[in-house]
Amino acid sequence: MEFVNLKATELRLGLPGRDETEEQSSSCAKNNKRSSSEMESSSEHQESGAPPPKAQVVGWPPVRSYRKNVLQQQKKPESDGSGMFVKVSMDGAPYLRKIDLKCYKNYFDLLKALENMFKCTIGVYSEREGYNGSEYAPTYEDKDGDWMLVGDVPWDMFITSCKRLRIMKGSEAKGLGCL
Amino acid sequence: MAYSFPEEVLEHVFSFLSSDRDRNAVSLVCKSWYEIERWCRRRIFIGNCYAVSPDIVIRRFPEVRALEMKGKPHFADFNLVPEGWGGYVHPWIRAMSAAYPLLEEIKLKRMVVTDESLELIARSFKNFKVLVLSSCEGFTTDGLASIAANCRNLRELDLRESEVEDLSGHWLSHFPDNCTSLVSLNMSCLGSEVSFSALERLVARCPNLRTLRLNRAVPLEKLPNLLHRAPQLVELGTGAYSAEIRSDIFSNLTEAFSVCKQLKGLSGFWDAIPAFLPAMYSVCSGITSLNLSYATIQSPDLVKLVSQCRNLQRLWVLDYIEDTGLEALAASCKDLQELRVFPSDPFGAEPNVALTEQGLVSVSEGCPKLQSVLYFCRQMSNAALVTIARNRPEMIRFRLCIIEPQAPDYLTLEPLDTGFGAIVENCKELRRLSMSGLLTDKVFEYIGNHAKKLEMLSIAFAGDSDLGLHHVLSGCESLRKLEIRDCPFGDKALLANAAKLETMRSLWMSSCSVSFGACKLLGQKMPRLNVEVIDERGPPDSRPESCPVEKLYVYRTVAGRRADMPGFVWKMDGDKALSADGSGNKPREVVERLGSSYAINFCTWLSYSLQSVPNTDARIITCMGQRNLFC
Repeated sequence: MEFVNLKATELRLGLPGRDETEEQSSSCAKNNKRSSSEMESSSEHQESGAPPPKAQVVGWPPVRSYRKNVLQQQKKPESDGSGMFVKVSMDGAPYLRKIDLKCYKNYFDLLKALENMFKCTIGVYSEREGYNGSEYAPTYEDKDGDWMLVGDVPWDMFITSCKRLRIMKGSEAKGLGCL
Repeated sequence: MAYSFPEEVLEHVFSFLSSDRDRNAVSLVCKSWYEIERWCRRRIFIGNCYAVSPDIVIRRFPEVRALEMKGKPHFADFNLVPEGWGGYVHPWIRAMSAAYPLLEEIKLKRMVVTDESLELIARSFKNFKVLVLSSCEGFTTDGLASIAANCRNLRELDLRESEVEDLSGHWLSHFPDNCTSLVSLNMSCLGSEVSFSALERLVARCPNLRTLRLNRAVPLEKLPNLLHRAPQLVELGTGAYSAEIRSDIFSNLTEAFSVCKQLKGLSGFWDAIPAFLPAMYSVCSGITSLNLSYATIQSPDLVKLVSQCRNLQRLWVLDYIEDTGLEALAASCKDLQELRVFPSDPFGAEPNVALTEQGLVSVSEGCPKLQSVLYFCRQMSNAALVTIARNRPEMIRFRLCIIEPQAPDYLTLEPLDTGFGAIVENCKELRRLSMSGLLTDKVFEYIGNHAKKLEMLSIAFAGDSDLGLHHVLSGCESLRKLEIRDCPFGDKALLANAAKLETMRSLWMSSCSVSFGACKLLGQKMPRLNVEVIDERGPPDSRPESCPVEKLYVYRTVAGRRADMPGFVWKMDGDKALSADGSGNKPREVVERLGSSYAINFCTWLSYSLQSVPNTDARIITCMGQRNLFC
């Protein structure tokens, strides 16, 4: 039968379970930063350049996950380079395409790109007539799930609310243009 | 004399007692008062769901109408409690669905709630009125749909900070057209969009709606529609506070706010754009509570807003406010009681804002009613803490998080013992304290000596030895909750103060130096405590007795061991470590030998340690030793 490790119950002022007697040095000198223990060894190399990213301790600083996530999202709104890809379908086409809305500065650029991609003519937008007169009308599904005509709202509002694009054939699109 | 009063009279008198403490006192007077009181207790608060069982509660209090209960330990907020630990509410709902058909209110915090539970609530309680789920998880929007559809008299649905699996926004449309009873709706934690027209109609038909907290997906342009339909709102949480900068959107918003003359509280403000802040100016003078902690707005715009809120009592804000902003706050908001400053970049290596200890000092100087503080910063000094303590002796809650663990006083490089010592010495009403920075055993001595009203203490990366823990456990008379992480506290102080643990709700220790052997001993000697070891490395008895456990959670209970422990939690029971399946394998004799050697060594250790501490009452040490040792 094994005996209890009496050393573990030995009286001491330092951390139980450790052997070093120098643990009893004054607390001012204590530099046992658990979070940056990896930094201790690299401190001599920190002459220039940004300090290396700190090893993250679980649950420290004590910020709740929801808050952390919200801040992360807001800090890099569009600079993370992930793009704003939406599907584009065209009536009659065998497969869909995907485009990055962030690549375009305005409706003109977008429509030109779509015309190129699908080899079609979309024509010019007018508030009263929509795309009347052209063979195709570009439409998009917004955040509410409604199908809208491309061009009615300001560009910035469009790219944030557009979930997917559909290029409708002229005959169907007539309904949209004549509102 | 009790016999000469009819029961109804006593019941009527007792109905004026709302505090649990008063009711508990009343029930101890005599048997007949106990009986009368238990039949007329309507509200129950259970601070730890495992401290008691549903059967025990139902047996004693047969006519409960409102239940408030908490589950997981506080450190679960910071991911220190593994998934699957427990805190399931379903057994309670099941038991109450049979026993309390007239139940009206359920308020839960840090508990696991399933759709099944929500459906059972919706089916079982015909008069259900209030559901508050604070930091809960485990349910989806389908469960919410059940509640919306079936609770005819629903008054409050508050999901604050819960983690909801968001399947769709359709749940809101399940409120029937004849539901007009809503007083409070908080859906701020949800991600998906609800049908705006359904929301509009719901708001329009609930004339008593006082609190409406929208989620981020509700666009700012549509907010006026809601405000016009609910001008009686007292608390509003906006959705995303940004839109295309257009004058019509701005003027609609301004007009809508001006119609809400009763607004006292504002929150939300995700993605806030400064251009739209002035739309709120008309309500600022009435605002007492402002939560801008999701608004990434810079200091000048924050100051413009906050300095209009002369009656502000509570402010939550990001550290973008900086020291200058806090100075302005201190100058304008003389009624301020609570300040919380959250970090905008908690994991950044370098400070990204000019927020230091000075901001907090300014507020402590300028705001005479300040009593509750939560402050994240990157530097602190003893001098600042001493100043704050002297300025605000009525402080009740003080939570300071210096982002770098074990950061010393940045001016003197000394530990922050003196500073926190001043806090506990001056602030005699202090009930809650969270500390950070470089701290030695000395600060715990101050706390043990002075913090007599302290109820909750949070410690991280602090202390040198068991003496620190011993000071706290032996000195803090009002202590109810103690949570410790990454401190060199071990077996001795814990075992010597075992009896203290029965006077507290709970103790949490993680990444400390408490050995498995000590945990077993504690569990053996204290049958009214559940001593639970949480260790994801596998069974603790597969490692040496002296090996420290990962996490320890100790709480008092009258319900015995819980039946829902997951595989990584072991209850220390008798002479065995009982895992979920009840197995264990250490002989009794070893544990007893361990116990006696601890006891002898502790006596010697205690007197040795305390010799170096001046002004200690030797008489108390001896009494302490006799009371707390159990060999």
